[in-house]
Amino acid sequence: MAQVSIRKVVKAYEGNVQAVKGIDLEIADEEFVVLVGPSGCGKSTTLRMIAGLEEITSGDIAIGGEVVNDVPPRDRDIAMVFQNYALYPHMSVFDNMAFGLKLRKFPKEEIKKRVDDAAKMLDIAMLLDRKPKALSGGQRQRVAMGRAIVRNPKVFLFDEPLSNLDAKLRVQMRTEIKKVHQLVPTTTVYVTHDQIEAMTLADRVVVMNHGIIEQVGAPQELYHNPATRFVAGFIGSPAMNFLTVKLVSDNGLYVELADGTRLAVNPARIDRYKPHAGKTMTLGLRPEHLTETHTNEKPGTAYLDATVDVTEPMGMETMVHFFIKGEPVCARVDPLTVAIPGQILRLAADMSNMHLIDNDTNKVV
Amino acid sequence: MSATIARPGSLHRQRQWTLWGSYTALSFFVVVFLVPPFYMLMTSLKSSAEISAEAGNPWYPHSPTLANYMTLLGSDSFMRYFFNSVWVTAVVVVVSMVISILSAFALSRMGFKGAQVLSTGVFLTYLIPPSLLFIPLFQIVGWLGLINSTWVLVLLFPTLAVPFATWIMIGYFSSIPKELDEAALIDGASYMQILVQIFIPVALPGIIAATIFAFTISWGAFLYPLAYLYSADQVTLTVGIVRDLIRGDVFAWGMIMAACVIGAAPPIIIYTFLMDYYVAGLTAGSTKG
Amino acid sequence: MADGNSIGYGETALVSTPRPRVGSMRRFARRRSLFAILLCSPLIALVVGLQFYPAGYAFYLSMLNRKMTGFVLFDNFTFLMGQDSFQLVVFQSCLFAVSAVVFKALLGFILAHLMHNIRGQNQRIWRGLLLIPWVIPLALSTLTWWWLFDPAYSALNWTLKWFGLPSIPFLGTVWNARISVIVVNVWFGAPFFMIMYLAALKSVPEQLYEAAAIDGAGAVQRLFFITLPMMRNIILITVLYSLIVTFADFDIVRILTNGGPQDGTHLFATYAFQVGIQSGNIPRGAAVSLFMFPILAALAFFVLRDVIKRNKEITA
Repeated sequence: MAQVSIRKVVKAYEGNVQAVKGIDLEIADEEFVVLVGPSGCGKSTTLRMIAGLEEITSGDIAIGGEVVNDVPPRDRDIAMVFQNYALYPHMSVFDNMAFGLKLRKFPKEEIKKRVDDAAKMLDIAMLLDRKPKALSGGQRQRVAMGRAIVRNPKVFLFDEPLSNLDAKLRVQMRTEIKKVHQLVPTTTVYVTHDQIEAMTLADRVVVMNHGIIEQVGAPQELYHNPATRFVAGFIGSPAMNFLTVKLVSDNGLYVELADGTRLAVNPARIDRYKPHAGKTMTLGLRPEHLTETHTNEKPGTAYLDATVDVTEPMGMETMVHFFIKGEPVCARVDPLTVAIPGQILRLAADMSNMHLIDNDTNKVV
Repeated sequence: MSATIARPGSLHRQRQWTLWGSYTALSFFVVVFLVPPFYMLMTSLKSSAEISAEAGNPWYPHSPTLANYMTLLGSDSFMRYFFNSVWVTAVVVVVSMVISILSAFALSRMGFKGAQVLSTGVFLTYLIPPSLLFIPLFQIVGWLGLINSTWVLVLLFPTLAVPFATWIMIGYFSSIPKELDEAALIDGASYMQILVQIFIPVALPGIIAATIFAFTISWGAFLYPLAYLYSADQVTLTVGIVRDLIRGDVFAWGMIMAACVIGAAPPIIIYTFLMDYYVAGLTAGSTKG
Repeated sequence: MADGNSIGYGETALVSTPRPRVGSMRRFARRRSLFAILLCSPLIALVVGLQFYPAGYAFYLSMLNRKMTGFVLFDNFTFLMGQDSFQLVVFQSCLFAVSAVVFKALLGFILAHLMHNIRGQNQRIWRGLLLIPWVIPLALSTLTWWWLFDPAYSALNWTLKWFGLPSIPFLGTVWNARISVIVVNVWFGAPFFMIMYLAALKSVPEQLYEAAAIDGAGAVQRLFFITLPMMRNIILITVLYSLIVTFADFDIVRILTNGGPQDGTHLFATYAFQVGIQSGNIPRGAAVSLFMFPILAALAFFVLRDVIKRNKEITA
């Protein structure tokens, strides 16, 4: 059993700069948790504190129920995969993977068996005699993972492991990592700045920003029910549109756009939004919920007119960019829809997927 | 570039000219720069009789002989100089490298209070020339009872070799990514294990470069042995040749040059095989960082 | 970061947190600092005991009387400054260092450029040949130069005669001897400059030259607007470093002229040796050496400015 508990953990640097400002997180045994956020949000620092590479200023970190604040990295029974792989350049692939076991004085046969098993799983069995220099990026990444797997640790830590790979390989390795986790279910903490990586890999995603946790949740939950403006904007690509609106209560509830267009609020949500009536708020609407009009619309659809600025045909969809009173908006329309710059296009907003953000608290209401 | 009129091949021809011009100029410089070592070798092959006869072209031996070398190899005092140089250099190189590697590792990786001051101090000592210190050192080694003992060199040569060797090693160690020691830490290695099993093998080129440097310094040093050693059985090669082979007016130049050839041979042999490391060591101080 | 800096941060931050916990990881960190200092202790002992201490001791020595029984304060310095032969030493040291370094720098620059035109394996061979003067122990090659300059048997004069030119007493007159020691120093040191400059030239990105060529820059413009500015730092460091070493040079003059003729070629180092070791006036010898100190310190200051910058990058 190796659950990881992070309780009120603070990391402060000289001059009282806090990289991590007191975070709490419980990671269950065998869970795959991804820490995601922009650079400087404290996600890597958190990971390095779990690893013991960085000292904890205050708070506790426990692995398997045991507080490890004062335990040096080698005694924490963890394994880590680094962004630049950190393979020992003078050792063969086999020796790289065996190094940790050798230091721990495992018997030779045991080392060989473990390395061979891991190599087979990662499909690098034929590379065992090579030096890291002779490997491709993807192969190096596999060796780095193999080095972690052979140790059979309580916790796997990944620090942006795919950032140095090209786009195609990244997708492939992503699947690989997921497969490994299914084969060897181990508590995993994975750090990335790439929200797609976070969504595809995680059991639970932890979104961090400015040293605090914005939201923890399953990928779908973060996508559909973001808790804060930051999460709403960070998760999802292309990013959610944010529009300054006024919540108007006038024979029903409406959001009034800056240009005066009124979009009716889905009746199911009226009770939820009513207390905020009259306030200026931010409407969050994903591009995929702003589409071309159809003949039989779902209930809760509202319409607006857009003067097309730029179109980006992507093949299976076309992105349409336009402005509402200076605020950029992006809509995702069917590629067959005619959209020419300058043309006025009527769009359908799926108001059952709207989000309303309180401008004072930056929280989604 | 004057390639405005695009005659086919004009660019190519211009490059050819540059290349041949460079070769010509370099040939001239190589000839000039190699005159002394060439003449050293040629003179070493001449007999005393041939030298004093002043007969004809001095640039090559008219009747080449290895007699000078034979005499030297059979001379107890010369072999003594040579042996002294060998053992002093061997000890100095080992001691210097151990000191440099340990401290460079600590300075570049274990960052502690004062690490920066110390590494700056190390570089400062590299800039202190021996000719500034040899007089106070004369007193100090006197107290230690090391005047006229070869051991004085074992004590003092590391001061010439260690600062720059440490400097080279700091450069090489710093170029090893930090994640490598972190990975090793997580794998369960101690700092000594990280140094011995990761850093030393990975920074081997730097270690070779620094070793060559320490060797060159200690093999060729002149001032300290000249100042502190006076018995023929204690001096090293450089001083032995300069002070003891030149006696009065009877210049046995054939033999002196043969001795110089023997003295110059070890550095040149090492240099021939390890030129790239040698050059890397020379430039390490300034191009890194 | 897993280096000591973060440990330092941890400790300062503890002041504001309620309960300082000295756990095994912190102990481990402290032990590491101690261990690091232990690893550096031979170096510290060497630097302090055999470099800084003697340097300080030199100042003390220089203020003693000849028998080293009493203080004379700055008498040794004032005495030296009033002496013609010492003034000559100051003049010759400056002349020697400056002119030798200028020629080494120029020659090294030319050689590096020629070398840079040749690529690949050929460059290695030529570079190897030109570096030989730097590899031979200086004392031994200077001995060879002495033999080349020999008044009676000089092979150089034989060659001059062969071309129908008059022979030159290389070490016979003061100015000839001065030029000769400079020539030997340039011969020895120019390859070092070449190597440094060549490394610098190689680090200038080729695209800069291509961009300049497209912008219409000629060879001279490329030299002044790209090569020199890009190499500025290395040129500066190499020149400063070489000034220090050349200024404090000993071997060449000691072997070639031993200060003569008429004390015209003595440098600080050789003069200090003669006064301090050979004539046994240790305090005055120390004083001679110490005259180098302000100049060396000024040069070292400029080199160090660069080096400290580098240290910060490394240890940060």
